[in-house]
Amino acid sequence: MNYDDAMASYDPVMGLEVHVELGTRTKMFCGCSTTLGAEPNSQTCPTCLGLPGSLPVVNAIGVESAIKIGLALNCEIAQWCRFARKNYFYPDMPKNFQTSQYDEPIAFNGYLDVQLEDGEIFRVQIERAHMEEDTGKSSHIGGATGRIHGASHSLLDYNRAGIPLIEIVTKPIEGAGVRAPEVAKAYVAELRELIKALGVSEARMDKGQMRCDVNLSLRPHGREKFGTRSETKNVNSLRSVERAARFEIMRHATVLDDGGTIVQETRHFHEEDGSTTAGRIKDNAEDYRYFPEPDLVPIAPALAWVEELRAALPELPRLRRARLQGEWGLSDQDMQSVLNAGAVQPILETIAAGAPADQARKWWMGELARRANESGTDLSEQPITPGQVARVCALVAEGKLNDKLARQVIEGVLAGQGEPDEVVAARGLAVVSDDSALGAAVDQAIADNPAIADKIRDGKVAAVGALVGAVMKTTRGQADAARVKDLILQKLGAA
Amino acid sequence: MTDLMTDLIKYTAADTATAIASGQVSAVEVAQAHLDRIDAVDTLVNAFLHVDTEGALATARSVDDRRARGEKLGPLAGVPLALKDVFTTKGVPTTCGSKILEGWIPPYDATLTSRLKDAGVVILGKTNMDEFAMGSSTENSAYGPTRNPWDLTRVPGGSGGGSAAALAAYQAPLAIGTDTGGSIRQPAALTGTVGVKPTYGSVSRYGLVAYSSSLDQGGPCARTVLDAALLHEAIAGHDPLDSTSIDAPVPAVVAAAKLRDVRGMRIGVVKEFAGEGYQAGVMQRFNESVELLRELGAEVVEVSCPSFTLALPAYYLIAPSEASSNLARFDAMRYGLRVGDDGLASSEQVAALTRGAGFGPEVKRRIILGTYALSSGYYDAYYGSAQKVRTLISRDFDAAFAGVDVLVSPTMPTTAFPIGERVDDPMAMYLADLCTIPSNLAGNAAMSLPCGLAPEDGLPVGLQIIAPAMADDRLYRVGGAVEAALDDKWGEPLRTIGAL
Repeated sequence: MNYDDAMASYDPVMGLEVHVELGTRTKMFCGCSTTLGAEPNSQTCPTCLGLPGSLPVVNAIGVESAIKIGLALNCEIAQWCRFARKNYFYPDMPKNFQTSQYDEPIAFNGYLDVQLEDGEIFRVQIERAHMEEDTGKSSHIGGATGRIHGASHSLLDYNRAGIPLIEIVTKPIEGAGVRAPEVAKAYVAELRELIKALGVSEARMDKGQMRCDVNLSLRPHGREKFGTRSETKNVNSLRSVERAARFEIMRHATVLDDGGTIVQETRHFHEEDGSTTAGRIKDNAEDYRYFPEPDLVPIAPALAWVEELRAALPELPRLRRARLQGEWGLSDQDMQSVLNAGAVQPILETIAAGAPADQARKWWMGELARRANESGTDLSEQPITPGQVARVCALVAEGKLNDKLARQVIEGVLAGQGEPDEVVAARGLAVVSDDSALGAAVDQAIADNPAIADKIRDGKVAAVGALVGAVMKTTRGQADAARVKDLILQKLGAA
Repeated sequence: MTDLMTDLIKYTAADTATAIASGQVSAVEVAQAHLDRIDAVDTLVNAFLHVDTEGALATARSVDDRRARGEKLGPLAGVPLALKDVFTTKGVPTTCGSKILEGWIPPYDATLTSRLKDAGVVILGKTNMDEFAMGSSTENSAYGPTRNPWDLTRVPGGSGGGSAAALAAYQAPLAIGTDTGGSIRQPAALTGTVGVKPTYGSVSRYGLVAYSSSLDQGGPCARTVLDAALLHEAIAGHDPLDSTSIDAPVPAVVAAAKLRDVRGMRIGVVKEFAGEGYQAGVMQRFNESVELLRELGAEVVEVSCPSFTLALPAYYLIAPSEASSNLARFDAMRYGLRVGDDGLASSEQVAALTRGAGFGPEVKRRIILGTYALSSGYYDAYYGSAQKVRTLISRDFDAAFAGVDVLVSPTMPTTAFPIGERVDDPMAMYLADLCTIPSNLAGNAAMSLPCGLAPEDGLPVGLQIIAPAMADDRLYRVGGAVEAALDDKWGEPLRTIGAL
């Protein structure tokens, strides 16, 4: 079964659930820090550990962020809503219930327009956006896969427990047809840009700040009723979202074509080969016994406040992109390449850090895009910051690096060797333009290539390139090519 | 000296504080007298689960030091108190009467605990209770029942039987209880002491181990109305750590307790709290109290609150539902008991074994009840309907309070019943909270104070006074007046506790 065969018989219907970790300084219901990477269980208190007697207090910035997201997604904002307890047992859930929202989400009934690669706009309807808290983190030790199956014991880190999450749920996405995987990717990409533009989260998928579940079902062309869905959990890069949707479409089609039935279950996504495998069966009998959280008072955002937040919303990413295309003077095609590479924000930030627009674009769309592509990761997730790229641009502009050396500097930064200047120093990568250092190499090149030298003496100055190349080779690319050329011409009396 | 020490345990909290402040007696002497009393009688009463001798004496010493330095002491500085074992105490065990928390030492103080410490109150120890405050007799404690000092074969009520018995046995002049369905007022009635459930949200629940979050309310227990008022003012007030805490000034309850004047007040007698199941002697003392109020110049009218008959079933859906969720955290992963961790069992198995071994039958009953009531397909019929009843009850109260200042009723239909009598009959046990539950569901304020001894058994009878939310001062105004008048009438017998 290939993809086209699958699409010949079936229409995919998708539902995307995205969890965004807010970038608030403190947790959703207590004052603990949200900084990532701290010593396990060091950022905890009675409340986020769920100790007996502890109580939650709502983080006002968390509510504000949720409303901003709701407004940016064209949602209605609830005038009155409550938190609810989602009851289930799991060791990384300190209270064995998650404080979430159920039938009274803070934001509901919205949409997000996303632009596909050919420029077409696809509208994704939003069901709801609601507030909740993250769980702690379980590490299963002693098994082969890192999963609980086969593990000898598990370690629990509650630093993440209570970090504010916004869950954004789409309505069923119908009518995307063959482009369903592309729509899924474009939606998550657009949502990520939106979240970042709102300043409520860095939305780094590689750091788990944004996590996506892809729910998918197929129905034969012409049928209205949805098929049984699978829920592929924790698909954590844009590329993976697309791959997971594509894989599930083909898997469902294969099962259905063979006369089988799709089991309603969660699926694990595997980055290595883009496949999914069965998780736990999820029949509708799973019962979270939701009820309104009695420890928290209802949230009733004042209308005036909501309007204030609405008025202060930043430019939407899609509109901003159109503006930038004009400012950067790019063709539709070039802009689309920038978009597809996820390079808008890195380029912008690199410009903001002092680099010229064309240079910023050159590096992100060239060397860095190539590396992202090779490693199957997102551009924004490369271990280099826009500030570092801007510094490389500055070194080139100052003549301290040439393109070739700059590439090596970037390679060094990506390899974790520190800031660009540190890589330059550590690898000794500075351009050599000192005449005394270059003189010997120039003399050697002239001596090694007498015929070419003669041509130049005879006035065929264009031949100098070959001698410059020879010098660059012996200096391992570190020579200042322009200076080398001048020196050769001087020595041969052609200057 | 021995006589003085015997006297000391009979002092009111107000007199104790005055005696310490004036230097007649030291806080250490007061604390030691109570610790000695606990030593002497608690093997019989079993009011305390943990006695913090060292902590109590340290606090007492610091009060004495402050006095010696000439610092002004608060109105309860140096007064001993028995704390229900449902409030967290940093460094001091907190069990909630359950095996599942055996050995747990909280790393933090409840807001109420901090306020008591700030007030210089000497916390003697933690008192016995029905496990997780689920019960009406303190027989559901995993650490054995508390006995009623009036008759050691009888229950002291519950869930706060330990706190009430400690007062009645002169082990402490003050105690703290929590009232979810009557757990302060009903034990007060059965032990001849005063107990107040303040308005929901007026005493912080931060550090109160939750049974039913929307109903739980900490409150003062004492032997006199004034002492209860002094304690009320020490513990009440807004707490930013409790979202449901009311951000408003605490009503002036101490002033109200001293007023002793009910002239012109309108008092409603709740018609529904009488009839079948009410002991004759209880009704007799209750009716005498109503007559007394009339004599004191109050206007008494009969009031009907028809929805109150639905309160008990609504309570037994809401409270277990919330409890099923609140008690989910006891899973052996982070603190407390851990059973079956043999290195091979899964976390689910360990959690199940621990909960099986650590929870008593009543707690299990309510967890199962609540889990069922919240289940998909049953939620609307059970939890949803119960919440509607709650609204109806609030409306009945609103209608009643439109015409009267306070409502009165017996606190409990009967006097203290024998230990063991109702343990196998949950329905009979649940009826013990019939008159107290409506105030929890509506979130208003209520008090129980002694109104005499029932003629047929010589055991204390409680008078319940109910006031609108944030009108707690009315309880103390009426309670103070009734107490003074009854003291004139009854005198010593009401304070003579037979069994000890």
